[in-house]
Amino acid sequence: MTEKSSLYDVVIIGGGIVGCAIARELSRYELKIAVLEKEADVGWGISCRNSGVVHAGFNYTSGTLRAKLCVKGNKTFEKLCQELDVPFKKIGKFVVALKKDELEELKRLKEQGEKNGVEGLKIVDEKELKKAEPHIRGIAALYSPNTAITSPYGLTIALAENAHKNGVRFFLNSEVTAIKKNHSEFEIHTNSKKFQARYLINCAGLYSDKISRLTGAEKYRIYPCRGEYFVLDKNASHLIDHLVYPVPKAGSGGLGVHITPTVDGNILLGPSNEYVKKKDNLAATSKVMKKLIDESRDFLPLISGRDIIRSYAGIRSKQAPSSEGGYWDFVIEESKIVSRFINLVGIESPGLTAAQPIAQKVVQMIHEKESLKPNTNFTPFRKGILCFEEQSETMKKNLIREDPDYGEIICRCEKVTKKEILQAIDNPLGAKDLVSIKYRSRAMMGRCQGGYCLTRIIELLREKYDLSPQEITLKGNHSSLLTGYRSDEVEIS
Amino acid sequence: MIEKEVIIIGGGAAGLAAAITCYERGIENLLIIERNAYLGGILNQCIHDGFGLEKFHTSLSGPEYAQRYINQVQEKEIPYLLNSMVLEMNAQKELMVANRQGLHRYRAKTIILAMGCRERTRGAIAIPGTRPAGIYTAGVAQELINLRNYMVGERIVILGSGDIGMIMARRLTLEGAEVVLVAEKLPYASGLPRNINQCLYDFDIPLLLNHTVIDVKGNGRLSEVTLAAIGKRGGIVPKSKRRIPCDTLLLSVGLIPENELSRQAGVIINSVTGGPEVDERGQTNIPGLFACGNVLQVHDIVDNVSLEAEYITEGVIGYLQGKKTNKVQEIRIILGNGLRYVVPQKITTIKDTIFSFRVNAPGKKKTLVFKEGSTLIHKSFFPRVNPAEMLRITLPAEELKNIKSLTVRLV
Repeated sequence: MTEKSSLYDVVIIGGGIVGCAIARELSRYELKIAVLEKEADVGWGISCRNSGVVHAGFNYTSGTLRAKLCVKGNKTFEKLCQELDVPFKKIGKFVVALKKDELEELKRLKEQGEKNGVEGLKIVDEKELKKAEPHIRGIAALYSPNTAITSPYGLTIALAENAHKNGVRFFLNSEVTAIKKNHSEFEIHTNSKKFQARYLINCAGLYSDKISRLTGAEKYRIYPCRGEYFVLDKNASHLIDHLVYPVPKAGSGGLGVHITPTVDGNILLGPSNEYVKKKDNLAATSKVMKKLIDESRDFLPLISGRDIIRSYAGIRSKQAPSSEGGYWDFVIEESKIVSRFINLVGIESPGLTAAQPIAQKVVQMIHEKESLKPNTNFTPFRKGILCFEEQSETMKKNLIREDPDYGEIICRCEKVTKKEILQAIDNPLGAKDLVSIKYRSRAMMGRCQGGYCLTRIIELLREKYDLSPQEITLKGNHSSLLTGYRSDEVEIS
Repeated sequence: MIEKEVIIIGGGAAGLAAAITCYERGIENLLIIERNAYLGGILNQCIHDGFGLEKFHTSLSGPEYAQRYINQVQEKEIPYLLNSMVLEMNAQKELMVANRQGLHRYRAKTIILAMGCRERTRGAIAIPGTRPAGIYTAGVAQELINLRNYMVGERIVILGSGDIGMIMARRLTLEGAEVVLVAEKLPYASGLPRNINQCLYDFDIPLLLNHTVIDVKGNGRLSEVTLAAIGKRGGIVPKSKRRIPCDTLLLSVGLIPENELSRQAGVIINSVTGGPEVDERGQTNIPGLFACGNVLQVHDIVDNVSLEAEYITEGVIGYLQGKKTNKVQEIRIILGNGLRYVVPQKITTIKDTIFSFRVNAPGKKKTLVFKEGSTLIHKSFFPRVNPAEMLRITLPAEELKNIKSLTVRLV
């Protein structure tokens, strides 16, 4: 073994929601585990670029893994969020029919849901819908009380931090370049380091086809399918209380442009559904931007373009090609070609809801091959960063008394204090990009998009890590915010 | 609960002038609350000159202009809090303020809103494309360069012809960056003519009217923007698309009065100005709550911010003294052709009143006409008008006496 190499029981490729959930579930056992993530932080793929919805499970074909794991995940999600100190709100969902010919589909969804084991589904008429959502147009709706929302990036970070605390090692900025299997061990090369592992788990999301190929295992193909979103100003948040979805179109590979309240208090519009050529094509397009507003207005005419504060896009990792549309089921299985190589392929929605059951299934697969010894030091609990803004007045006073950094508001829109930003900067995974701080503290997420706090956060980051101006990055390598100092202090004689 | 006669939220140009004038008019129990570590607000990062021409008849830099007011605040020992953020405000004029010393509750007989404005961002104007590093609003770039001594980029495209954008075009050029061009989607510049000349033309920086950015490329740092011409009907002119390699896109696409606190307290916000609806004294719909400066309407010249702040203190004093005013039935000012907005939006007492306007489009030889029905009240002639330049007119009480309605239009 070379000096740079190290032997792990399990190496997980990909630090998205699935990779982090598996890392955490595996950390319940005495195993040496590493997560390799190509980006500068966990959760920067689809895990931070979705609606943040904890689905009930009525949208998925009965008997599929998607249906089973989603229903299971929904039922245990609240407990998971409690353990990990992640926001969770069971706000319920309406699938709203605008036209009579959509009513049949509502009934079908209800029946499918009931078959899948989803509880509490109910078809409501226009009057009941209006009562619950006065601003929403529609003639009837399927109501799902158990559909909830969470913070998708918050949960990914929490899973990773908890896994980290339980001994899992995270290697950020580590892109896998080659994989060999020598005897009974995998040798995994990244751009900077070499790893050896007895088990290799492929959670590379959009790139899971590539990783499977590199390992010499099954040939999958992932088709990137982009979904664009708008984020609305919190001023618009009073417009709805529930998730509002259209009736999905037959054969579509998405659930349609929906109106989603977030746990941070904004509303999301989206996502669109468009196959793209490149897996990193996260661009927003003017055509879709217009469509998002138009389609949302069909349900919620009060939405205004003036409320938009940001756009973003995510890429679904689809196995179904565009010619076919729709969905293929999740692949969660040990390779039939390469033993101890476990593939997780095509984990698109409801991957967030199903993350923990998926992880449990993977643990079970390993358990069946060898007996796993429980990690007696395992703790399921993780404490997040206390949100000052959500505290009572007395609590706020106490916090400032204990630590005056709570009295300094750095992000004025989201009212994030210096204390919270310092905690975000000092995160256990060592992520130090602006986006990492944003996802951990909510700073820069508000209506001014960092106009007020960006410069302050740059200074705090530099203080903490002693970075040069060029080393301040937005989101990983090649994303420097600054090109240097304006001038060196030149002495003029 | 700490009681004050006047609390001024914001220690920038408007807040400082309002505080000094209140003090000079005999109010000593007042307080300025400033969220930054220093007074003077945005003036501190405006190191170019041209401030004070009207007020002091000399050209000052932003910090110099602010210092004149800060000196007076200090000489008069007007109390102020720094590093203090107002978290809550209600219609009873109670405030909750956070700073390192704790959480404090204040109650004021009158509050002057002087919170200024913020910049419209990329998200708000929905520019398509990726979201790389290197896209800044002009004011953030100005802060990074002038206050923090950083350089934001080397090859720069500026979208929007607001004043800060043009000023930054010059500033970045002087610092050795290459400013490729300034694109403006409207057929005319949104900033002041003097800035077009002194900041763009003097430095050979092209101003492309009827142009906008339709795409942004780059996954880490910005690598390219696509520019296109806008046709007469507002669509993109085919074949006008042009790709411009650059590492920085500055946005100068408008300012938004910062009225989140005002909304919280129930202040009615005008959808055109983005500021509170006020009467002739600068009073909002909440009695005793006044507004001035950029939180009321975005100004193009700081001198006017100071003048507006001084002007509204008359109403503040009147309110505190419980003075009987020449109360008339509320008259809403009706806006006729050619004007985008008027401040104040209504008149409730008859006094010498300053009206501010913005016009809809540039024009020459225009007359502002005030009428009550068909009766002419007042008219003012302007050799030229420009949406970038606020028009300010004082109508003496004499002319407004006995009116039942008021219509203003530009002919």
